[in-house]
Amino acid sequence: MTRSPLLRIAAIGGGLLALGLLPLALQRVSRGEYYLHVLTLVLLYAYLSTAWNILGGYAGQHSLGHGIFLGLGAYTSTLLFSRFGVTPWLGMWAGAVLAGAVGAFIGFLCFRYGLRGPYFALATIAIAEAMRYVVSNIPYLGGARGLEVVWKGHNPAIFQFSGKAWYYYIALLLAAGCLAISAWLQRSRLGYWMVAVRENEDAAAALGVDLVRTKVLATVVSAVLTALGGTFYAQYFTFVNPSSVFGEGPSVQILLYSIIGGLGTAWGSAIGALVLVPIAEFTRARLGGTFAGVHLLIYGAILMLVMLFMPQGIMGLIRRAASRTRLRRQEGRP
Amino acid sequence: MAPFSLGPLRMRKMSTSLLAQAAVNGLFVGGVFALISIGLTLIWGVMRIINFAHGEFLMIGMYIAYFAVVRGGLDPYLTLLVTIPALFLIGALIFWGTIRPVLTAPSMNQILLTVGLSLVLQNLALVFFKADVLFAQTPYGKMNYHIGGVVIEMPKLLAFVGSILAASLLYWLLQSTDLGRAIRAASQNSRAAQLMGIHVRQTYLIAFGIGSACLGVAASLMIPFYYVSPTVGLFFGTIAFVIVVLGGMGNFLGALVAGIIIGLTESLGAAILPGSLARVFTFAIFVLFLLFRPTGIFGRRQG
Repeated sequence: MTRSPLLRIAAIGGGLLALGLLPLALQRVSRGEYYLHVLTLVLLYAYLSTAWNILGGYAGQHSLGHGIFLGLGAYTSTLLFSRFGVTPWLGMWAGAVLAGAVGAFIGFLCFRYGLRGPYFALATIAIAEAMRYVVSNIPYLGGARGLEVVWKGHNPAIFQFSGKAWYYYIALLLAAGCLAISAWLQRSRLGYWMVAVRENEDAAAALGVDLVRTKVLATVVSAVLTALGGTFYAQYFTFVNPSSVFGEGPSVQILLYSIIGGLGTAWGSAIGALVLVPIAEFTRARLGGTFAGVHLLIYGAILMLVMLFMPQGIMGLIRRAASRTRLRRQEGRP
Repeated sequence: MAPFSLGPLRMRKMSTSLLAQAAVNGLFVGGVFALISIGLTLIWGVMRIINFAHGEFLMIGMYIAYFAVVRGGLDPYLTLLVTIPALFLIGALIFWGTIRPVLTAPSMNQILLTVGLSLVLQNLALVFFKADVLFAQTPYGKMNYHIGGVVIEMPKLLAFVGSILAASLLYWLLQSTDLGRAIRAASQNSRAAQLMGIHVRQTYLIAFGIGSACLGVAASLMIPFYYVSPTVGLFFGTIAFVIVVLGGMGNFLGALVAGIIIGLTESLGAAILPGSLARVFTFAIFVLFLLFRPTGIFGRRQG
């Protein structure tokens, strides 16, 4: 980790430049389109997971139903586009507002009565499952088959592009923005409140932190960001159905990268996505045809292994290694 | 897919007999729900772990029962001799291998571990058995009795009776045997239990095995009237969580009562609302309970 702000800015700028030039380089590689697709997924999941981490990592409230917000974003923009012709660029904000309101509602109801730990996790799962059943049964919303984002030709004004690079750049923008918000939050007053609530609710309350307000705000920020990602999800896959957003799979996937990268750290989720999404995507491409669900099998196995052997995630490993080197240096050994 | 829907009866007009039919089916199925949930609530009560793979254990039990019937030619109710020990062993093994190391970890780590386990088991089943829906044809499948306009389906009646018997047996075991006393002692205060000479880890292992064995019973009892698929556990697992919260987490009798309430809700809801929309009732009850009475029906009100 760099300590000097100048170095930090240079590192981030250099990284962004490299990521920005990547599609140009990939044009010259065979199967470059496919790698670009995998990279876009890495960015999308880095984004979603970073958004989850604000509530789950910073504030310590583990939502197991973030598919609720992913689905609200995806469904709102897609519905507005297919039924009313509203461009998804506007629809995504409608979805974000709706998700924020629903997040505030869920957060307020749960945290008002002090639902903690496993109870909050159960409540979010139940609400996501209920959403899945409700949406599956409303023909206007496409029922169980879902909604399609009809292809109307390349037109940036309606969020439709013929080249994969466009989606990649949007995903890059989203991920970079979310990381910036997340890093900024970590040093903000709200961020400190959230961490205080996570570490010890009673102590935080004694020091004057408004528990309910902090947790509800964390839920809203996380929900709004997740919903924006939901619109990208729908536009990129041109399709949304109840189980692909409200199901157990997507909800687990969203939190998985944070857990593996390192819960409650600004960069952990992105690192988790960078490591895991390609593994999952390549195995899906290899084995998904013959063995459906093999990627979920891998997610589950990785989740178990991480919980058993490295519950602090990759960032935890890095930190431990760093402190070990520091110790060694202090002791004057090479 | 509306599990436990009333089939051809749905075509009839809404009437008292239709509702009576739904109530009877709901009661029968509620008994099985209760047994499944008792397994979950026992595990939670003893070691404070929510086993998110509970439904998947049931799925495994149903596959074992299915193959015992279809390949082994066993009577579905004789498969109990296979599924009970098998599920006990599977539960004990999984406890030993994966749950035991995280017993003292934060509760979220335990939840994520069992969520991972459920994904692994569910998708392993998908890899091995494909997404096919299997149904075991048995002589019991068509045994129906008409009592005053209401059809009593034999397999469902037997499942109800069997579930209640199994639950009573387990209740007796917990209340009146040394093993049961050890389990209850470990659940109330594991340290004190240890000081009294109870091997707590071993007691946990047995309790986890018993909680899983409940699913073996439920699996065999359901095989004559319920289909098997890799995702069947998802439905029963979620329903079991609802029931356990409703009954008060760790409350044995609460799970029994709540199981029957949810069975009736599901069945009556399906008679009134189209499609699987009835499930919304169940989840609404769940969310309302979580919000206003997280300690369950019989629990004391939280301040």
